[in-house]
Amino acid sequence: MTAVGTDDPTVERATAAGAALEIEGVSRRFGDFLAVDDLTLAVASGTFFALLGPSGCGKTTTLRMVAGLERPSAGTVRLAGQDVTGVPAHRRPVNTVFQSYALFPHLDVLENVAFGLRRRRTRDVRARALEALELVELAHLADRRPAQLSGGQQQRVALARAVVNRPALLLLDEPLGALDLKLRRRMQLELKRIQAEVGITFVHVTHDQEEAMTMADTVAVMNRGRIEQVGAPADLYEHPRTAFVANFLGQSNLVPGTVVEVLDGGRVLGVDVAGTRLRVPAARSVAAGPRVLVGVRPEKIRLVGADEQVGTAHDVLRGGTVVDTSFTGVSTQYQVDVGALGTVGVFAQNAGGTPVHPPGTPVALAWDPDFAFALDGDEEPAAGTVDLDDEP
Amino acid sequence: MSAATVLRRSRAGTALAGQPPAPAGGRGARRLLVPGVLYLGVFFVLPVGTLLATSLYAPVPGGELGQYTPALRWQNYPEALGAFWPQLVRSFAFAGAATVVALVVGYPMAYVIAVRARGRRTLQGLLVVLVVAPFFTSFILRTIAWKQILADGGAVVGALRWLHVLPPDGRVSATSAAVVVGLTYSFLPFMVLPLFAALERLDPRLLEAGADLYAAPATTFRRVTLPLSMPGVVAGTLLTFIPAVGDYVNSSLLGNSTTTVMIGQVVDARFFRLLDYPTAAVLSVVLMVTILVLVTAYVRRAGTEDLV
Repeated sequence: MTAVGTDDPTVERATAAGAALEIEGVSRRFGDFLAVDDLTLAVASGTFFALLGPSGCGKTTTLRMVAGLERPSAGTVRLAGQDVTGVPAHRRPVNTVFQSYALFPHLDVLENVAFGLRRRRTRDVRARALEALELVELAHLADRRPAQLSGGQQQRVALARAVVNRPALLLLDEPLGALDLKLRRRMQLELKRIQAEVGITFVHVTHDQEEAMTMADTVAVMNRGRIEQVGAPADLYEHPRTAFVANFLGQSNLVPGTVVEVLDGGRVLGVDVAGTRLRVPAARSVAAGPRVLVGVRPEKIRLVGADEQVGTAHDVLRGGTVVDTSFTGVSTQYQVDVGALGTVGVFAQNAGGTPVHPPGTPVALAWDPDFAFALDGDEEPAAGTVDLDDEP
Repeated sequence: MSAATVLRRSRAGTALAGQPPAPAGGRGARRLLVPGVLYLGVFFVLPVGTLLATSLYAPVPGGELGQYTPALRWQNYPEALGAFWPQLVRSFAFAGAATVVALVVGYPMAYVIAVRARGRRTLQGLLVVLVVAPFFTSFILRTIAWKQILADGGAVVGALRWLHVLPPDGRVSATSAAVVVGLTYSFLPFMVLPLFAALERLDPRLLEAGADLYAAPATTFRRVTLPLSMPGVVAGTLLTFIPAVGDYVNSSLLGNSTTTVMIGQVVDARFFRLLDYPTAAVLSVVLMVTILVLVTAYVRRAGTEDLV
C-alpha cells in the first residue's frame, strides 16, 4: 500500500484488508421524517454485507452517513474501531459506487479511475488505474469518455474508480439498479469475484432480495429506518423473525392462530388455526404469547387430493380450491383459496409426474411441520409484501 | 444560447460519428435558409465589404472636408495605427480588466442562483429576474447613474477614503477605474446568464463523488465544478469582452478626455465630427480582426471543443 503524500491520518489507515464498520444508535431526521431510527449495526472486516429493504426504508441514508455525505442527527459511526462520525467524506477511507455512477463527464475513463489516487498523491497512478480497469475488463476503453460507454461499462468504471483506492470499506448504492436482468446477474457474480479478490469490506444497499441473497455473506433487512433482522441469507430465509422479513425475503403464507398445547416435551407447539390443528417447532417460534402467525413457505407446501390420506408426519389443511394456476417453467405457482384463512400460495416443482391442477380443483395442502414457523400474533400478516411496480 | 453550446453540440456529433443523423430534406430545407441568408447578406456582408473599401479611400485632391474617392490607399492603416494605437491597446486592457472582474463577481452569483437555490424555483426565478432587471431601463441612464455613484462627494468615494484605499484627495470619477467599473456593470448580466446556464446543469452527485474520492471542497471545485462550467465561462467572457472592447458610452460618460479614451470614442469622433471616414473604417477593421484573432486563440486554448 502506498498511501503517501497525504497529511491525513484517517486516510492513511486504509488497508487492503478492509475494516470493520460499527454503527451505533444512529438516527437521521429530515424535518419531521425520521429516515433512520436508532440504528445499530456491525459489519465484520472483509465481509460482503447487504443492507436490504424497500425504497424509503433509510438504507441509502445509512450508507450516506457511513460515506460521510450525510451527518447523523444522533449516534456514532466507527471504522476500524475509530470514531469517524464527524470526519468529512473526503477524509474517510471509504469509497462509494453510486447508483447513478456519478462518473466525471469531462474526464476520460482512466482519469475517472485515477481521480482518487491523484487526490492522495499516490505513486504510479497510471499503472494502478490501468490495473483496476483490467480487474473490470475495461482497460481497452481507458481513453473513452463515460458518455461513450454502455450502462454496464459505466457501472464497471464506477466500481474500478472506487476499488482502485483500496478503501477500508466499499459502499455500493444499488449499483446494479439500472442494468437489465441478464447483465445484472453477470455483474452480481463479477462483484462477488472482485470482493473475494481484493478482500475489501463491501456494504451493498439494495431493494432486490435475490441480489442481496446471492451476493452477501450477511444480510440486514431494513424497514422504516430500523433493522428488522440480520443474518446469513439462508438463515434469514429459513428463520424469519418478523412478518416483514418473512414476506420481503421470498414469499410466505402467514395465517393467524392460537397456541393451544405444547407437545413432545416442549419441542413442538400445537396451534389452532381456524379449527385445524397445526404443529410448529418451538425453536422456530418467536412469539411471546399464545397468539401467533403460523408461516409456511410456498415451496414447502405440497398439493394433495381433497380427501387424500396423508401420514401423521405432515400437517394438512383441507377444503382448499385452486383459484389460479401459473406455469413458469421450472415450477407451477398456485393460489389456493382456503376459506376463512384467505389465499395460500404454493410452488410445485415441475420435476415430472406431477399433474397440473387447473383452477377450480378441490385440493388439500400438506407440509412437513418442521418447516413451519411462528411469528408474533400482533404483527400485520401482509407487512413487507412488496408491489414490485412501486420499486424504482 | 452561446458559442459554447454550439461547440458542445458539434462535439457530441463527432463523438457519435458512428451514426450520423440523416440530413433532413432537400430543397424545402434550403428554402428555409433564404430569409437568414438574405438578412446576413444585406446587413452584414455588404456593410463589412463597404467598411473594407472605405478603409482604403483616399481624400479627393483639393476637395472639402469629408470628400473621399475610392482608392487602394494602404498607408491609411499605418497612419491610423500610428496615431491611435494607445487607445486601441487601452480598449483591450479595459475590456480585459472588466471581463476578469465580471467573472470574479459573476461566478459566485451564478453559482448561488444555479446550485444553492436549486429546488427553490421561486427564489431562483426571482434572482434571475434581478440579474436581468437592469435591462428594463436605458443603458445611458444607468451609466449616468454610475457617474453620480462615483462622484467625488458620494458615499463610495467617502467610504474608500475612510478605508484609506484612496488618499484623502483621491477620486474615482473620471479615472480608468471608473470606466472599468462601468464596463463591468454594463456587461455583468452577459457573464452571469451563461454561467448560470452551465452551472444549472451541474449534477450535485458529481460533487459528492469528488468528496467521496478524497477531494476537499476546494479541490472538488477546481477539478469538477470549474471544468464542467467551462462552456459557461467561455461564453460569458466572450459576451462580456467583445462588446466591452468597442464600447464608448462608459468611457465617454465615466472617463476623462485624455487618459481613458477608448477606440470606440475615436471611431465616433473620426466618423461623426471630423468626417474622417477612412481612419474610422481602418480602426473598425483592425478592431474586428484583432477580436477575431484573440477570440479564436482563446476558444482554442480554453479547449471548449473538448468538453462533453
